[in-house]
Amino acid sequence: MLAYILRRIFQSAIVLLVVGLVAFSLFRFVGDPIDNMLGQERTQADVERLRETLGLNEPFVVQYAKFLGQAVQGNFGMSYRQGRPVAEILMERAPATLELAAVSGVLALSFGIGLGVFTAIRRDGFAANAIMTLSLIGVSLPTFLIGILLIYLFSVELGWLPSFGRGEVVDLGGWTTGFLTPSGLQALILPSITLGLYQMTLIMRLVRSEMLEVLRTDYIRFARARGLRDRAVHFRHALKNTMVPVITVTGLQLGSIIAFAIITETVFQWPGVGLLFINAIQFVDIPVMAAYLMLISVMFVGINLIVDLLYVMVDPRLRGDSARGH
Amino acid sequence: MADLPRTGTPAPAAPGRLRKAWDSDIVWSFRHAPVAVVSLVVVTLMVLAAVFAPLIAPYDPFDPGTLNLMNGFTPPMEPNAFTGDTFWLGTDDQGRDVFSTILFGLRISLFVGFMAVALAMVLGITLGLLAGYLGGWVDTIIMRVADVQLTFPAILVAMLIFGVAKGITPPELRNEVAIWVLILAIGLSDWVQFARVVRGATLVEKSRDYVAAARLIGRGSGAIMLRHILPNVLSPVLVIATISLALAIIAEATLSFLGIGAPPTQPSLGTLIRIGQGFLFSGEWWILLFPAATLLALALAVNLLGDWLRDALNPRLR
Repeated sequence: MLAYILRRIFQSAIVLLVVGLVAFSLFRFVGDPIDNMLGQERTQADVERLRETLGLNEPFVVQYAKFLGQAVQGNFGMSYRQGRPVAEILMERAPATLELAAVSGVLALSFGIGLGVFTAIRRDGFAANAIMTLSLIGVSLPTFLIGILLIYLFSVELGWLPSFGRGEVVDLGGWTTGFLTPSGLQALILPSITLGLYQMTLIMRLVRSEMLEVLRTDYIRFARARGLRDRAVHFRHALKNTMVPVITVTGLQLGSIIAFAIITETVFQWPGVGLLFINAIQFVDIPVMAAYLMLISVMFVGINLIVDLLYVMVDPRLRGDSARGH
Repeated sequence: MADLPRTGTPAPAAPGRLRKAWDSDIVWSFRHAPVAVVSLVVVTLMVLAAVFAPLIAPYDPFDPGTLNLMNGFTPPMEPNAFTGDTFWLGTDDQGRDVFSTILFGLRISLFVGFMAVALAMVLGITLGLLAGYLGGWVDTIIMRVADVQLTFPAILVAMLIFGVAKGITPPELRNEVAIWVLILAIGLSDWVQFARVVRGATLVEKSRDYVAAARLIGRGSGAIMLRHILPNVLSPVLVIATISLALAIIAEATLSFLGIGAPPTQPSLGTLIRIGQGFLFSGEWWILLFPAATLLALALAVNLLGDWLRDALNPRLR
């Protein structure tokens, strides 16, 4: 068990080191940093002096170690395009993305579980079938087309909701929030639906199939035989047992929500980290790209590590050595 | 078994090759799946339209000489107010025929899709065969890398590869190589599925007698992998390739829509949708609608075809 945990942590560390190496190589080999800092009129002596002060003459490994040391402290250098520290820009943009992701996640979970239970209980009903068919379309539509469709319906045709931006935000000591103003809340609706729709259909289908499976088991039949009400059987007994896979998938999907936020943020011009990253790629703003790359890897690797470790704790069969006793 | 006609009619005395193929399991199941037939027709038509785009397209959207700015924003099927020209699907802001731009966009989209899947396939099959047949540390390294890549969503991997490659290419070449960078990015983001399936199938095939026999008569590892094992692991690869094609087309459209894919000089369907989105509010719906509908029809048809293929090639699911 302990060996497994240590091995997983070691693997995660290796992955992060490799990602760091990619990010570092970007800095080191894409465009000469000297070119970026010195103008046209420079002497060879200037170049040499700058190389020395920047530490570019040191061995590769030493430079890489220094780079990692800086990155761990949250120092990713200056954005080429905005001329400000990357960490500062990221901090400024993070609340927008996190709020969007949180709202989408909550939407996806609540509607996904609700509709999943509904379609499982009324499996042959007209409404359930309609929902299942619609969910198929939802899965095959690319995210950006869903966003455009929603903008067309609710912003262009009906004029109910804003099509871009965060609306009015309130600054709570460095954390800007859109939760506190009517326009901020309105602005959240379309992007969060766009972002959450895919995850919602995923959770819905998962809950449905798990529920159908569980409803066939003996203990549910016993519960019915005992004369329990449908509501108690469905929600107290059946739903509880479908939750383990749902929690796993939700955990793993957290990362995807952040990744797909890039697309949603671009469609709705949402001033978050994803839009920042897209702009960084367009303008080859390497410090921003490298920082985003490392940040998102830390997140993904962290989520996967936690999910894996939780698995081992929840499911005794996965604890290799102790399971052999059976 | 495969040669027996499933229908009640008696078999012809000497069935030709064509007749045999027509009665084979796979074609039989295809003939009885209307969704698959329609999908194949749609995909074939689109591929043909893309291949022969220069011959079919009524206008050359990229020849500035034929463009007339006066034709800008002509609605579909209506004569232009100034020039009197009529365009099937209307024109965009610069007077380019939307139908022609879609044909050429389809060409780019399909080209990138097919090439990316081909790259992913070659890479995945090679690594999968090596991992499965050789085992040991080769297997460990390849599958570890695959696991790591699987933790990240493919579209994110493609974005990162695109960003890195864009950074490495000198600025003056960026537009020229953008299409190839796109193929590289999508292809590299998608090889894991192939590698996993091929590795799994190779592990099964490796223990079969024919492999042992080939080894006994002294064939080398390379020959055994390519000539003997590869043909036997190809059918699941075909299914994954079809589904991957749909994913690659959508990935390409997404990247181009985000402005980090096909350059404006070589617009794909995604680029056209990106351009069309700009006219959503001013009422020129056709610039957006037709490319979007084309993309959807294409992705849906390829997906449905993949679904059918998966069911048809996997007897256990029937």
